[in-house]
Amino acid sequence: MDRSSHPRSRRLAPVVAVAAAAALTLAGCSSSSGGKKSEEGAANASAGKATTPRMTVALVTHQAPGDTFWDTVRKGAEAAAAKDNIKLVYSADPNAGNQANLVQNAIDQKVDGIAVTLAKPDALKGVIGKAEKSGIPVVGLNSGLSDWKNLNLLEFFGQDESVAGEAFGKKLNEVGAKKVLCVMQEQGNVGLTQRCDGVAKTFDGKVDPQNVNGTDMPSVKSTITAKLKQDPSIDYVVTLGAPFALTAVQSVSDAGSKAKVATFDLNKDLIKAIKAGDIQFAVDQQPYLQGYLAVDGLWLYKNNGNYSGGGEQPVLTGPAFVDKSNVDKIGEFAAKGTR
Amino acid sequence: MSMTQQAEPAVDTPPAPGPKQTDGRTRQRPLALRLLARPEVGVFLGAVAVLVFFLFAAPPVRDGSSMANILYQSSTIGIMALPVALLMIGGEFDLSAGVAVVTSALTAAMLSYQLTLNVWVGVIVALLVSLAIGAFNGWLLVKTGLPSFLVTLGTFLILQGVNLAVTKLITGNVATDDISDMDGFSQAQKLFASTFEVGGVNVKITVVWWLVFAALATWVLLRTKYGNWIFAVGGNKHSARAVGVPVTFTKISLFMLVGFGAWFVGMHQLFSFNTVQSGEGVGQELIYIAAAVIGGCLLTGGYGSAIGTVFGAFMFGMVQQGIVYAGWNPDWFKAFLGVMLLGAVLINLWVQRTATRR
Repeated sequence: MDRSSHPRSRRLAPVVAVAAAAALTLAGCSSSSGGKKSEEGAANASAGKATTPRMTVALVTHQAPGDTFWDTVRKGAEAAAAKDNIKLVYSADPNAGNQANLVQNAIDQKVDGIAVTLAKPDALKGVIGKAEKSGIPVVGLNSGLSDWKNLNLLEFFGQDESVAGEAFGKKLNEVGAKKVLCVMQEQGNVGLTQRCDGVAKTFDGKVDPQNVNGTDMPSVKSTITAKLKQDPSIDYVVTLGAPFALTAVQSVSDAGSKAKVATFDLNKDLIKAIKAGDIQFAVDQQPYLQGYLAVDGLWLYKNNGNYSGGGEQPVLTGPAFVDKSNVDKIGEFAAKGTR
Repeated sequence: MSMTQQAEPAVDTPPAPGPKQTDGRTRQRPLALRLLARPEVGVFLGAVAVLVFFLFAAPPVRDGSSMANILYQSSTIGIMALPVALLMIGGEFDLSAGVAVVTSALTAAMLSYQLTLNVWVGVIVALLVSLAIGAFNGWLLVKTGLPSFLVTLGTFLILQGVNLAVTKLITGNVATDDISDMDGFSQAQKLFASTFEVGGVNVKITVVWWLVFAALATWVLLRTKYGNWIFAVGGNKHSARAVGVPVTFTKISLFMLVGFGAWFVGMHQLFSFNTVQSGEGVGQELIYIAAAVIGGCLLTGGYGSAIGTVFGAFMFGMVQQGIVYAGWNPDWFKAFLGVMLLGAVLINLWVQRTATRR
């Protein structure tokens, strides 16, 4: 043992030396601007905690991995869970069949409540029926505005994508847009299509839809540039997700176009861009609120028998417009990743 | 030694009567056919066909700045497709190449931001991480003898999960923070993501890097010992080892080259978009492989070229953007892409068959 440890430590010595040198070099290389140090340690809003008995809630969404939007929904749900003494079980799969399995999984775990997104309601019909049969209350959020009542869900928290699109279209009329490019980052997504269709419904000018490959940013950038070149009459670029709006700003300048950019959904970099005037406005469906209310709604039902919307009407969380006039207020919260 | 002894009787026997080399086996074939038999010629013709097609179908393509945009799109595919092509010539492929790009960008962004360091520190560490991932792929492959499909499918899934989980763990979000106001950013941006003007057209620097890397890869493949090793290990690993080619070194270094490519493209994405979304990159690996295959690399290894891969990536970029310039119905976008690519591959195949036929 002794013999073998000696050569090893001798071999290790230079490694340790290099690591130490690297650490020293790193310390000398600190950035004087930006970075974590400059980020304000904004304290999370802390409220009292419920004294009701511990319960378990499953939140099952159709999130694709790594989407900022869903991350915010989850944060809202987690905040509500922390306040209401709830153990939150989060799971997600963009494939409808897999999402149904996840709901089944939650039923098997005998959770006290399920919050589910209904992006593909038909695929979830069976399993939601099962949950109701086993006496687990189910609430809907985000997608499925037209189906939640048929599926006997308790309540629904979300935004009507068509309504949001229509509001967006009206806003475009107000700002005097003539021809709009609607950038869809996921081909065939029902919600995204409804947004574009909603815009087209109320907007007086022409709307051109354009599919882009949402998992490859350079490709998104050059595709939007190409489209602006192909049709120079486009004067507004509408993106359906915050990261794509920031990319669209670059495309507009690459193409030498005078088009302006507006978008659905928010994130903290987008707030900066609105402040700087690079992006005109954003329509927010308040994902944090969706996650928060869904979990809180289940808690209220369990502990006080309440129904939001009386079980008849959905609770709408959007559309809320963010532009230069109110961006400062919202920016504070967006910096924490909760708006 | 035994080989020369066996060969000697053959020398003793007089050559067959009549004019020499009439059996046609060693006859010089016409120049045109010899040219056509090069791996890059099929794809070159395909690329020209696609270019000419879109020059007619989509008037905006005739504009210089449109061409710069198409070249930019091609370069972001092409820089990564080059090492992927070398790896394929070396007989392996890498499914983790797409997400490895994002891993690299995330590493640089998070390290710089979280520790408030000069971004160059992040850039260097990201390079080390990328090379290490490549070395791990190669080492695992050589050690276990498993097919590269399985090994890199494993790393593909691991990286995909790690990208998300670590980003969420460290930043609390699924995207990294904006690093554009940090020290060294503008310098690094000049190197990885700047734009310069040529005759009134704004060209992205990645286009230049792409061509430089392509020239380098061609030189290595055709003029160096290492290039011969790549062809040898891809053709037949065992005979390569028998004639003294360092198979293990060649394979591992090829995977590390892919790591280098992933780092470069990752840095480009970071410095042109300031932040990185952790879920990106999935599916890109197939586009890189497709560009290499269209460029004349065989899936079985031992055959292919770097120049061909350049045309392969160009064709991809051209079709992808050409469809937009042509203003075709966007719902058909993917279908158009598939049809044009299949068409291109068929032209490629046909040219090669005609060229190598006697």
